[in-house]
Amino acid sequence: MRLPLLFAASGAIAALTFAARPAPAEPAAATGAIADIPASCASCHALTKPETPTVERLWTRKGPDLWYAGDKFNREWLVSWLQNPAPIRPGGVMWFKHAKPGEPRDTIDTASIEKHPAVDAATATKLADALLHLKGEGLIVEGEFKPEGVNLTMGQMSFGKLRGCVSCHQDKPGQGGVSGPQLHDAGKRLKPDYVLAYTRDPQKFDHFIWMPRLTLSDPDLQRLTGYIASLGKENK
Amino acid sequence: MTYRVALLLPAVLALGGALILHQPASAGAESPKITASAHLYDTYCAQCHGVQRNGKGVNTIGLSVQPRDHSDTVGMASLPRDQMIRAIKEGGAAVNKSALMPAWSSVLTDQQIEDMADYLQHVCKCGQPT
Repeated sequence: MRLPLLFAASGAIAALTFAARPAPAEPAAATGAIADIPASCASCHALTKPETPTVERLWTRKGPDLWYAGDKFNREWLVSWLQNPAPIRPGGVMWFKHAKPGEPRDTIDTASIEKHPAVDAATATKLADALLHLKGEGLIVEGEFKPEGVNLTMGQMSFGKLRGCVSCHQDKPGQGGVSGPQLHDAGKRLKPDYVLAYTRDPQKFDHFIWMPRLTLSDPDLQRLTGYIASLGKENK
Repeated sequence: MTYRVALLLPAVLALGGALILHQPASAGAESPKITASAHLYDTYCAQCHGVQRNGKGVNTIGLSVQPRDHSDTVGMASLPRDQMIRAIKEGGAAVNKSALMPAWSSVLTDQQIEDMADYLQHVCKCGQPT
């Protein structure tokens, strides 16, 4: 008589246990890498793919997602940036929180933007190596960007007037919009295959992010990526 | 009696004033739909159209064409609702306006876009939502 009850109870417990588990199928390398990343990083950055992305999460998170950091960042840049973290997003992590109305236009209260802590060289190297293990499943296609034959002038035109990327992103310091990350050092910072994949479909990375998916042809994506990947490289 | 009213009146006024002051700018006795649309507007639209919906967003510094002022009652009154919806869904170029206004159909659902059109008519005070 009690047996069915017991079954039901254990079934419920099993279901609850299953529901409480973290997102499945983190690659083994990523799981190991997360263990090497201090909890202080995870308190601001998502190191695993959020199970239920929402608009609210974008308003409450304190730092950009890093669960695909390995798809995104160049190692050399990351090691250097962690030691000397200059702001990447002129409007902060969520631009609206720092926007104030004004004339002739709204402005960003830069004083209210929190600064990222710096670490020493040894820690930066260790952190960068761990972060570069964090990759999304099938987010980018390695080698998809073809650097040969890219017309930078056409790319610049696409970035500006034609596709309006400059509305939200700066391609030169102080030139362009402020609600998205600056791209004037994107050539050092970002992997070109990531730039291409993200530009093609930002919603694949976060459904609610405030960069919408534009209808871009493959040649458009290639020339935009070529231009963005060239930015900030002239000082090398 | 008069004395009591005289005593009560400042208290009532103070309470009313405190209640009004306590409301955040975007809140009020709005319908949940309006509140939800206002939040989506803050997230996606205000970067160009302004935190005060006046077309003066933080990103206008990089724009060659200035965004529409949604608080402009006269200007907005001439804008048909279906054109608003099409512009939000398919982008400015779909309605012969600036291509700098992107298509938002990858982020917003059809229902959210319909609600946003109602919200815009609420913001400009230029028509009843249909």
